[in-house]
Amino acid sequence: MAVPFIEIKNVFKIFTSHKQEFEVLKGINLDIEKGDIFGIVGFSGAGKSTLIRCINGLETISSGSIRVGKYQINKLAKKDVNIYRQKIGMVFQHFNLFDSRTVYGNVSFPLEIATKKKEEIHNRVLKILDLVGIVNKKDFYPGQLSGGQKQRVGIARALANHPSILLSDEATSALDPVTSMSVLDLLKDINKKLGLTIILITHSLDVVKYTCKNMAVLENGIIAEKGSVKKIFENPQSTTAKVFIKHNAHLSNPYLSGEEVC
Amino acid sequence: MLNFLAKLFRQETLDIILPATWQTLYMVLVATPITIFFGLLFGISLYITDKNGLYPIPIFNKTFGAVINAVLALPSMIVIILALPISKFIVGVSYGPKACIIALTIVCTPIFSRLVESSILEVSKGKIEAAKSMGASTCDIIFKVMLPEALPTLIRNFIVLTITLISITAIAGTFGAGGLGEVAVRFGYHRFKIDILLVAVLVLLVLVESLQFLGDRLSKRILKKRHLI
Ligand SMILES: Nc1ncnc2c1ncn2[C@@H]1O[C@H](COP(=O)(O)OP(=O)(O)OP(=O)(O)O)[C@@H](O)[C@H]1O
Ligand SMILES: [Mg+2]
Repeated sequence: MAVPFIEIKNVFKIFTSHKQEFEVLKGINLDIEKGDIFGIVGFSGAGKSTLIRCINGLETISSGSIRVGKYQINKLAKKDVNIYRQKIGMVFQHFNLFDSRTVYGNVSFPLEIATKKKEEIHNRVLKILDLVGIVNKKDFYPGQLSGGQKQRVGIARALANHPSILLSDEATSALDPVTSMSVLDLLKDINKKLGLTIILITHSLDVVKYTCKNMAVLENGIIAEKGSVKKIFENPQSTTAKVFIKHNAHLSNPYLSGEEVC
Repeated sequence: MLNFLAKLFRQETLDIILPATWQTLYMVLVATPITIFFGLLFGISLYITDKNGLYPIPIFNKTFGAVINAVLALPSMIVIILALPISKFIVGVSYGPKACIIALTIVCTPIFSRLVESSILEVSKGKIEAAKSMGASTCDIIFKVMLPEALPTLIRNFIVLTITLISITAIAGTFGAGGLGEVAVRFGYHRFKIDILLVAVLVLLVLVESLQFLGDRLSKRILKKRHLI
């Protein structure tokens, strides 16, 4: 088998606060293929955000190794960290848009810091705003947008500088089901059109079922289960997955019924 | 009423007040940009060198913070007296407008540094993290995220600083730079010329109120433009 695009090997993350040590990730092993939409689910505090933040170096891992494409994250020189991050997009639950910039300015930000030429920035921003379907709002400030529109800007901003991966930490949790669906559709669309690898953290199995190809279940800093979404939904092994799926049965989302697992 | 005002603003009074107003404006106009420069520099340094900051240097942060607090804790009068020899070193005199401007700057820079620090602390961690996740350098984060995002609050604090400067010119003025505060003390307190005191206070009040008004307007305008209010 070819080497996977993202290779996470025996990753440990220990936080120290008030002289106390908290082991949040306890030996994570994951391989993620190029072009996958990979879901990570787990209860609150399982370590999902921490794991995804280790992938783009917002947290440094305590031991183990993470490789993304040709980059060995844990061995990256300080000056290369920013160059590496410029190629990884991240989308946040609370959008984290810059209120001081218009929609256009938010999306041009990653291109500005990558010191692209003005004209190139202009063309790229318009193209990406068009892709996420929000080009008519380009001169609006974030304060004038709905949650769904904000997240489209968040996604556009993450995509602007041609990233090879998109990390999404609960990108749809603050949105209503319909808006959430449309944002997920957008992610699927981008995945197909650009061949972008997406890692998607969520609390909602509906989201995973609707969007992802493969998934992992995180339980207290350990991967309890991983594999294709289909396999895990049909035959869940871990407690977390079982509980999630059981709860899911009566929380089923009307918009998702009849949807095929991808 | 008009009669009273005419009496209050008679020529002899104006002859004292107008030059004093100019002296105050001169001190404030020169001291403000210097204080803003160092206040921004120190405030940002305090923010980024914090142990959870963008460029942690805890030892520097603690020491520098302590120095700033020490200057803040001393009464302004004492800081001015201590600053005068420093003025002598920098501008060659320890008396008069130039020396007082330096003393003013030394009194007000720590205040403004802390105001800048608290303004940029208000920028949500999420925004900074978003910038980091896009590979922004510390410099980009400061100039493209922190400062623009904090701008409305910074403007308000900038007005607080200018008003503080005006009030401290009153103390510094007694060391030979003159100004409205010094006039108020000299005539109002030492010579019981209540009318001069009153006019000096009125002019100060107008200065402070109009600054506050301008600052509020500007800050609100930015917030409105960004649709945050
Ligand atoms: N900077 C930190 N210092 C100390 N502990 C931390 C820090 N960041 C996270 N933790 C701890 O790590 C654990 C996992 O946090 P994390 O945010 O990764 O969970 P999560 O799975 O994303 O949860 P949620 O679904 O609620 O977002 C938590 O117990 C949290 O308290
Ligand atoms: Mg989380």
